[in-house]
Amino acid sequence: MRVKMNDSSNRMLPQLDDTNRFFWQSGKDGKLRLLRCECCAHYVHPPAPVCSNCLSTQLSPQIVSGKGRVASFTVNHHPWNPAVETPYVIALVELDEQENLRLTTNLVDCDPESVRIGDRVSVRFTQCGDIYLPLFALADTD
Amino acid sequence: MAASKPVISGIGQSAVGRRLGRSGLDLTVEAVKDALQHSGLSIKDIDGVACWPGRAAASPGFSPVSIPELHDAMGMDLNWYSGGGEGPGQLSSVINAAAAVTTGLADHVICFRTVTESSARTDLRSSGPLTDWMQWLLPFHAYSAANWTALYAQRYFHEFGATRESLGALAVHSRNNAALNPKAIYRDPLTLDDYLSSRMISSPLCLYDCDVPADGSTVVIVSRRECTSGLRREPIQIEATGCRLEKRHSWDQAPDLTTMSMSSAAKSMWSRTGLTPNDVDFAELYDGFSIITLFWLEAFGFCGRGEAADFVMDNSNIALNGKLPLNTHGGQLSAGRTHGLGFVHEACAQIWREAGRRQIQGPCNIAAVGVGGGTVAAAMILRGGNPIR
Repeated sequence: MRVKMNDSSNRMLPQLDDTNRFFWQSGKDGKLRLLRCECCAHYVHPPAPVCSNCLSTQLSPQIVSGKGRVASFTVNHHPWNPAVETPYVIALVELDEQENLRLTTNLVDCDPESVRIGDRVSVRFTQCGDIYLPLFALADTD
Repeated sequence: MAASKPVISGIGQSAVGRRLGRSGLDLTVEAVKDALQHSGLSIKDIDGVACWPGRAAASPGFSPVSIPELHDAMGMDLNWYSGGGEGPGQLSSVINAAAAVTTGLADHVICFRTVTESSARTDLRSSGPLTDWMQWLLPFHAYSAANWTALYAQRYFHEFGATRESLGALAVHSRNNAALNPKAIYRDPLTLDDYLSSRMISSPLCLYDCDVPADGSTVVIVSRRECTSGLRREPIQIEATGCRLEKRHSWDQAPDLTTMSMSSAAKSMWSRTGLTPNDVDFAELYDGFSIITLFWLEAFGFCGRGEAADFVMDNSNIALNGKLPLNTHGGQLSAGRTHGLGFVHEACAQIWREAGRRQIQGPCNIAAVGVGGGTVAAAMILRGGNPIR
């Protein structure tokens, strides 16, 4: 039995460090957090020690809405990982907070063939040990 | 007096094929010898070596040979060498070599790219926890550049109304050219119906949108023009290169999902030459995935934004006897994934009129070479026919 997209097993996982830990563990309370500049309010993703907009080093994780839209997607059919059920949807979700602020993710609990660019989506997490991967579902299915 | 522009004085290539069962070093030595024979240089004339991305032990087959290994095997004495992965993609070696001969660090530089990706097998799951940029993609089962590129292709289709038929037209075109290339891996005819009915990899990219992993080594010799008198061929001038890096160096944060890094690379290249897109006779444009060639056509300005799909569907544009013959050896889609330098090799073969049955019969003196995709890309114009005199 191959695992479905909303399953947490058989995923390659990040190595946690002091820079990325807040992001990958953010979902523990169901909230998505991104690093934000305290000087110019720019969201910085992936996390970095400096704001690429104003070069401030005063950055801190901030809770974001977890809502966005599908900037693009692909239905993957190839069994790169034989343990994972295909087809599945890989998406680029652009978050509402900032233009071009995106996460690569999976769309879950949807018909892969029904996904369209521009669809509204919201975050849900899948737990893999102490890591919470942000996945997304179509907003009207909430 | 300003230094002469750097030139290419010879090209070489090993056998190219599927599962050749030969080591990377063996293939590289064959390609170097082929290039020496081709140029008329001896190994003692070679005083520089450049490669990209350097030996990549963690990615089997992707880059199996180091410069020190080649240097030692062939008994070279080098004034300058440089290899590594943090450059603008596969043309990094040629651009670094061009800079080296222009600044007097070396006279004749071997640039090589060796792959044994057809023989190598990688088990994704054998690697440890993810670090660096891969951590943002691979946890979501987005394992392959096919996935990452498909996201761009889908967005491009969405914004400009392009269809799979356009990518199919390029795949069929490349196969037609490959049929005339005895070294191409896939030479049997491919129809648009074959393309449309092939299995989907990552929508909208199907099997024939992906290049074919190969074993092989390709060499380009970059020389200082003043050192080329008496060689076998009139050297080909490296008219201009471009590898500007702007926006985000990222697959998923780049502001425009319908172009890639080649847009800024080509723009910076055009700022360094008096030539314009209208002066170009033919183009060799990277096709690790078919959509990338469309992005290159627009980046170079051979057609307008959003027009590349229509451009490649009109065979009078890209055929061997067309307005802009394209990927004349069959590209990586059909000739094999020699990974970048194969396009330089082919451009030089055409300019020297050594391309056999696939030789362009019309003007073929000025070539646009665009290599790379995603986050890395470099653009180059090659010019034959002794332009400086």
